Amino acid sequence: MIEHFSYIVTVFLMITGLFIVMARGNLIKKLIGLSVFQTSVYLLYVAPGKLVGGTAPILAPQYSVYSNPLPHVLILTAIVVGVATLALGLALAVRIREAYGTIEEDEITELDNKVEVLEEQTGPRP
Amino acid sequence: MAFAVLALARTRNLFAAVVLSGAYSFLMATVLVALDAVDVAMTEAAVGAGVSTVLLLGALHLCKSDEAKPAHRPWLPLSVSVATAALLVYGAMGLPDFADPQAPIHQHVAPRYLQNEVDVPNVVTAVLASFRGFDTLGEVTVVFTAGAGIIALLRRRKHKRAGDGQ
Repeated sequence: MIEHFSYIVTVFLMITGLFIVMARGNLIKKLIGLSVFQTSVYLLYVAPGKLVGGTAPILAPQYSVYSNPLPHVLILTAIVVGVATLALGLALAVRIREAYGTIEEDEITELDNKVEVLEEQTGPRP
Repeated sequence: MAFAVLALARTRNLFAAVVLSGAYSFLMATVLVALDAVDVAMTEAAVGAGVSTVLLLGALHLCKSDEAKPAHRPWLPLSVSVATAALLVYGAMGLPDFADPQAPIHQHVAPRYLQNEVDVPNVVTAVLASFRGFDTLGEVTVVFTAGAGIIALLRRRKHKRAGDGQ
């Protein structure tokens, strides 16, 4: 059990992120949950690369045991890509706020339903 | 870190949520230092805690900062989450132990990366720029696409505003 502690922490963070994404209607809150989920994936990748007694993978003559550098590289890429997608998601949220006046999922669905009912009554908009 | 995340899930004030996610990112950076991933920790502190927080605050400035109360209790998402967690923990039990030197991750290409073939002491930099250079090129493409998308989204809004004014 104790050997798998890092995986359990990862799963806990992942699930909290997933829960925020599913349960909260606010778009910005959903994006925060998505970034929590993403951070748990960083942990999932980096934790197995650690070795007891190892040091950071910067070569020096006095050390011989290093942590695995490959997950670090992959996660560096993932962090930068994650911030780019977060920025794109926030831009979409701001745009939705411009169009609907709200960023709550329920209210947006309600507005969409109202528009549909209106179109059925009066025909499609030009 | 667990407290920060749980508070994050509970709070309805979006400003508090943004500040908590910044604190969470710094905590994650310290955990990454403990796991010997110093480059990743530095990037996480700068990008995750810095740039992300600024972006979220900017978006909050343009939207309102309080979340509506949900109409019903989130039982369905909660049960789905718990079921997924149970499945993932069950799966994780089959993975190699923490810090096991015989784990497959330490047997494959990592020993070759650590032989210092490109004469750069920081192996992470060497792998990023040399062995996996195409990955970095793809990353730049993604960032460029995201930037172009943001400009396209927010620019249209300005045109529309100018049209409204006329």
